[in-house]
Amino acid sequence: MKEPIIQVKNLVAAYDDRIVLDKINLDIYSGESMIILGRSGCGKSTLLRHMIGLAKPVDGQILVRGRDITMMSEDERIEILKNIGMLFQSAALFNSMTIGDNVAFPLRAHTDLKENIIQIMIKMKLQLVGLSGFDKFKPAQLSGGMKKRAGLARAIAMDPEILFCDEPSAGLDPIVAAGIDNLILKLKKAFEMTIVIVTHELESVFIIADRIAMMHEGKIIAIGTKEELQKSQDPLVQQFLNRQADKEEIDREKHLNSILG
Amino acid sequence: METTSNFFGSIGRKALTYLDHLANIRRLAVNTMYWVIVAPFKKQGAKWHYTVDQMVRIGVESVPIVCLIAFFVGLIIAMQSAYQLQQFGATIFVANLVAVSLIRELSPLLTAIIVTGRNGSAIAAEIGTMKVSEEIDALQTMGLNPIKFLVVPRTLAMLIMLPCLTIMADFIGILGGYAICMLSLDVTSVRYIDQTISALAFKDLFSGLVKSVFFALIIAKIGSYQGLNVEGGAEGVGKATTKSVVISIFLIIAADLFFTALFYSTF
Repeated sequence: MKEPIIQVKNLVAAYDDRIVLDKINLDIYSGESMIILGRSGCGKSTLLRHMIGLAKPVDGQILVRGRDITMMSEDERIEILKNIGMLFQSAALFNSMTIGDNVAFPLRAHTDLKENIIQIMIKMKLQLVGLSGFDKFKPAQLSGGMKKRAGLARAIAMDPEILFCDEPSAGLDPIVAAGIDNLILKLKKAFEMTIVIVTHELESVFIIADRIAMMHEGKIIAIGTKEELQKSQDPLVQQFLNRQADKEEIDREKHLNSILG
Repeated sequence: METTSNFFGSIGRKALTYLDHLANIRRLAVNTMYWVIVAPFKKQGAKWHYTVDQMVRIGVESVPIVCLIAFFVGLIIAMQSAYQLQQFGATIFVANLVAVSLIRELSPLLTAIIVTGRNGSAIAAEIGTMKVSEEIDALQTMGLNPIKFLVVPRTLAMLIMLPCLTIMADFIGILGGYAICMLSLDVTSVRYIDQTISALAFKDLFSGLVKSVFFALIIAKIGSYQGLNVEGGAEGVGKATTKSVVISIFLIIAADLFFTALFYSTF
């Protein structure tokens, strides 16, 4: 087995007193696409925020290439982050800049490349995501799917080894969403990127995932390939994969009490 | 018993959140100073063009409104002081009053208040919107420090441009006083200018500029702090913007009082 590129060890996260992540352990191997699956509010986005260092854990470690990012100095962390790309749910493009400047932003900040080389890089990255010719547009002039693709172009501007995606197909129509999925697959094959995706869209899961980690209420309840997960006996896993609604509680007494206080 | 404990509890909590804010603002100030003063020596300083952009927005674009208001204030002070001084036939001292009150007090204060309304609010709203739309997170995941990229250029631009605007307001305000004297009082042009020059000392200009430097720090710090701490969407941005203006104006006037007292007692 390959060496894990990201290791999450006993991660505990909390907002005030509410525990959101409860002793999470997760290994992500180099070159694989790992999907973190779960219902809204199960803590999957929080896990992602911790893995990329946007939030500090209460307890536990996050190792990227064997080094703990929670204990690092600012400079060391920046070196690690140069090798990581992140696609945000809202794409998070800088609205005051053109698409081209957005893609060039990390390059201009981290490298000493000449402007004509940066212009070539912008063209290459935009072509890769199918947005050739849009470099002079502002984010507000693009549709939701185009923004996501522009966000993806920016995320891969520095040719990262690891790509994190937060709900890549949320809020997109099925055709555009499928396009984004294909794009992610293409990137994985072409650049051998390690891809970590947080989502609750089952369609994407089966197209992209090498392995799936299923979360429920701050814990990982199942992890494995899609076949392994489909065979799982865990009722929560089955409920999610088969898109079954929660059983409604028919306790009238309780219902009445909850209304009347 | 319960009401007493509630009462003191709420005071205690308020005090704690207040102290928390102070500690955070101090941390932001220290961080900003690091990026302004230390980082350039380690070749990590922010790039100049961000600061120049902000200098244009804070400085150049504020010129018309600052000039207009300074001119009006010059007219007003000249008329108000002439109203009293005419009784003694001492209208020539209008020049002293206009020059001294503008340079020591009114032009730093008014310029700061105009810039708070124009740019302090803009700083809070811009940074706040970036926070809400995950742009600040995006910066951080690229390994870029939001303080270096957003707060430092705004602070530097404010520190450079507010004193410049203040000096400009000084001149335009005096011009306003001059206009009144020429139009309605029998003071000659040469006497007015002579009187103005003799009324002013270096310390007057100095005290005005010291004030404007501190006002600049207040506006940039409060705006950035409110922006970076926005929570909860568009409404949060609105609240932060309002707060940044109210708190900045309060702190500016409090600081003004402090410095006026300081200069009054030492010079």
